[in-house]
Amino acid sequence: MLSAQQLETYITQNLVCDYIKVLGDDGTHFEALIVSPEFQGKSMVQQHQRVYAALGDKMKAEIHALSMRTLTPEAWQKLNNKN
Amino acid sequence: MDTQAVIKEQVTSNAVVLYMKGTPKFPQCGFSNLATQILKACEVDYLAVDVLADQNIREGIKSYANWPTIPQLYVNGEFVGGSDIMRAMYESGELQTLLNMAK
Repeated sequence: MLSAQQLETYITQNLVCDYIKVLGDDGTHFEALIVSPEFQGKSMVQQHQRVYAALGDKMKAEIHALSMRTLTPEAWQKLNNKN
Repeated sequence: MDTQAVIKEQVTSNAVVLYMKGTPKFPQCGFSNLATQILKACEVDYLAVDVLADQNIREGIKSYANWPTIPQLYVNGEFVGGSDIMRAMYESGELQTLLNMAK
């Protein structure tokens, strides 16, 4: 069964992340918070596409549902300062 | 007509199109359900395409916008996003603005 930890590893193997947290323990449904400098200058659609690209065929085969929130390091910093 | 042409026809001849699993009355997946709830809250008419009813569309829609998951929202022929993006845009008010212009 795919774990949240494995999914984190899959993503970070192909995408530089400043911060990543994947939650989900049923093997198919996951929620991810991903902060990457590669998201800079990209639309939200492009940011999610970048994560899908990092996951490649795993997205079709192993992962049924991945809900994600993507942030640039600046947006992540702002969010942390607010809280 | 091949599947990509069918999809192009659907998204360009309807202002708002949602590709989903199931129907707005009977969504077959939590994410598709969320997408229909958001559109309902926006009070917009849209064409719902049940990908479970057509295997060609189900696979074809993933390559159409280079997006491997369903639901997918299109406004005036442009891919807007999946349910996460729909929710974020709804919360910021962007989605309502976009849909109001499309009405």
